[in-house]
Amino acid sequence: MDLSFSEQDEAFREEVKSWIQSAMPPEIKEKAAAGGNFAMEEVMQWHKILYEKGWAAPNWPEEHGGPGFSATERFIFSEEMALAGTPPMSPFGLAMVGPLIQRFGTDEQKERFLPKILSGEEVWCQGYSEPNAGSDLASLRTSAVDDGDHFIVNGQKTWTTYAQYADWIFCLVRTNGDGKKQEGISFLLIDMTTDGVEAVPMLTLGHTPAFCDTYFENARVPKENLLGPLDGGWTLAKALLGHERTAVGAVAPSYAALNKLKRIAAYTANGTGATLAETPSWKQRIARIEMRLRAHQMVVYKALAEQAAGRIPGPETSILKLVGTTIQQEIDELTMEAMGLNSLTWFNDGKDVPPLEEWIGSRFCYNRATTIYAGSNEIQRNILAKMVLGLPSS
Amino acid sequence: MDFELNEIQQMLSRTVADFAGKESPVERSRRLRDDETGWETAIWKQMGELGWLAVPFAEELGGMGGGFIDSALIVEQLGRTLVPEPYVPSVVLAGTCLAQAGTESQQAEFLQPMLAGDTSLAVALSEPANRYNPTWFETAASESGGSWTLSGRKTWVLNGHAANHILVAAATPGGPGLFVVQPGQDGVTVDPFKTIDGRRAAHIELNNVAVSADHVIGTPGEDTQGLLELLGDYGAAAAVAEGVGVIQVMLDMTVEYLKTREQFGVKIGSFQALQHRAVDMFVETQLLRSASTAAMIKADDPDPVERRRAVSTAKLQLGTGGAFVSRQAIQLHGGIGVTDEHDIGLFFKRHHVLSVLFGDQEWHAARFADQPEFIPS
Repeated sequence: MDLSFSEQDEAFREEVKSWIQSAMPPEIKEKAAAGGNFAMEEVMQWHKILYEKGWAAPNWPEEHGGPGFSATERFIFSEEMALAGTPPMSPFGLAMVGPLIQRFGTDEQKERFLPKILSGEEVWCQGYSEPNAGSDLASLRTSAVDDGDHFIVNGQKTWTTYAQYADWIFCLVRTNGDGKKQEGISFLLIDMTTDGVEAVPMLTLGHTPAFCDTYFENARVPKENLLGPLDGGWTLAKALLGHERTAVGAVAPSYAALNKLKRIAAYTANGTGATLAETPSWKQRIARIEMRLRAHQMVVYKALAEQAAGRIPGPETSILKLVGTTIQQEIDELTMEAMGLNSLTWFNDGKDVPPLEEWIGSRFCYNRATTIYAGSNEIQRNILAKMVLGLPSS
Repeated sequence: MDFELNEIQQMLSRTVADFAGKESPVERSRRLRDDETGWETAIWKQMGELGWLAVPFAEELGGMGGGFIDSALIVEQLGRTLVPEPYVPSVVLAGTCLAQAGTESQQAEFLQPMLAGDTSLAVALSEPANRYNPTWFETAASESGGSWTLSGRKTWVLNGHAANHILVAAATPGGPGLFVVQPGQDGVTVDPFKTIDGRRAAHIELNNVAVSADHVIGTPGEDTQGLLELLGDYGAAAAVAEGVGVIQVMLDMTVEYLKTREQFGVKIGSFQALQHRAVDMFVETQLLRSASTAAMIKADDPDPVERRRAVSTAKLQLGTGGAFVSRQAIQLHGGIGVTDEHDIGLFFKRHHVLSVLFGDQEWHAARFADQPEFIPS
């Protein structure tokens, strides 16, 4: 057993770290230090910088323009990006539909879509959830009806993150109402400029315009935009779930948030003439969350070592999401508590919060989503109960 | 990065698991609750013959050339069936002192017979007033004319009731020292008692006990201070390793119970409330296991700060996540879980002892927070 990264990996880490600092434009650097929320144009600006470096799609194979990173290098890369607080890359094209097109797409589809995903020229969003199909995704009802060369799509998708900025949406649609509900679903790629497609943004709890409702009214989608077999979309959706899961552990983002909490504790008064950082009860509470994060980090590293050894991690990786997201939320809670009354201002309207800290309240509100999205933590528990512990179905 | 045990370690783990299952199933530890010693010399001798008592020591000392991690792997397997032999106090604690700081003649006299399983040892660290601090003592040793005199009260000496030799930690004007004392020696009173988990330990009263210079381990002062700090971490990491064995069995027993127990005409494991509880137990067990792995490896890290961080992280998880698993294991067993007849309670009690020995969760969280640069100013 050996818990250290190899010398080569450490050298790679240094290379990534110093490149990030030299490549970030000043405005982005400032926001990154503050842990601010990036606007879509900033995300795409950063995407293009990465593209020019050849690092936009760390998990793509070289034949499609990926940098040829090893599993460990990919992990280090994402860790350093998170620690530096760089704009988070939109995952829908690069991490989701891109790999699916590579695996299930026709040559024409690969040629049409992959280069523009890589360059950032086309932005994607995801159309999975519907008002009545959340955790029970397979009961989705948005329909795609055969009409010769086209499908006619009708229905509503929801939580379509940043659909208002997207050029394309990948959707799970119902193409067959008979038999098992999982077996009548297809995977369709839809141009957002198609007549009858409309994205309506709504504000999140953190007051960011991240969510949309996306409506389809008799939208005509060419059949060449069907990805994978007709009625075989559920297999594609599942293939995506088995994708690299170590990032869902959110270890580096949590360390970044923890460092911010410590910075706040170091200057925040405790009311009796000292700082929180000098108050034993506060130190212990921060220590406890850091120690839990360290234990969690070891679980993530174990999964990473599995991947690096070429084994596909099993359903037990659900625990990475379960633990990682609750740690994130606990750090948010503790940070708000450390800020005391200052945590109650809204985007620093009272001018009493240091500029570096003004996004914390919004982040605290929005991060309630972490235990809900990508399969709620209750769904993760269902998976673990059945697949790992072998408990009987109800 | 590599989380796999090497072939020798895998074989060692398997051999110990087989031995524990055959020679010392849980019924044995249940039976030995009524025994005055609480463990048996015949099994100890067998462990010596199998080479397990020599595992972490250098070959020139008669050891097998392993490290702390190899002892920890043994301890984890012993935890699975609650094997009561004094592996941690004798091998991990006293053995380490003698191997690292003992003279050749001390090693010949005290260490080698223990490696063979002919004797067992103990280290007296705790006192009424030192809580879990392994380097703070009121028991004092003074020197005069080349020999030492010890007075004070040591408490909670693991295997103190049965050890052939006891290594006593005491304060000297130059810093802490380690002194070998015999149970039958003038001025030594051994007071055995029964612990909550059905095992035995002893308080030891020292009243002007004479110790000759050749029974001092190492040199009192800085070196012994460092050795005692290491001992505290070895003890804590070993408690976690044993705790991993204990907690894993509690989880497995509970999941098995959920799959077989029927109420309302169905297996109770089909109820989502209980499934989610079981998953949370699984999650805490995985965190404990990973933290324990890190502690086993970092226990021998040359940087004491890294060592403390890893060990305290694991010990905290034993006291928090481990306690969650242990409490919920009883809860999900229902009424039968609260009977002495069912084994789950034996594991519950052992976990509790392990979570307290060598520092409880509060102690370790505070220690972690007190490391330099915890919060950069």
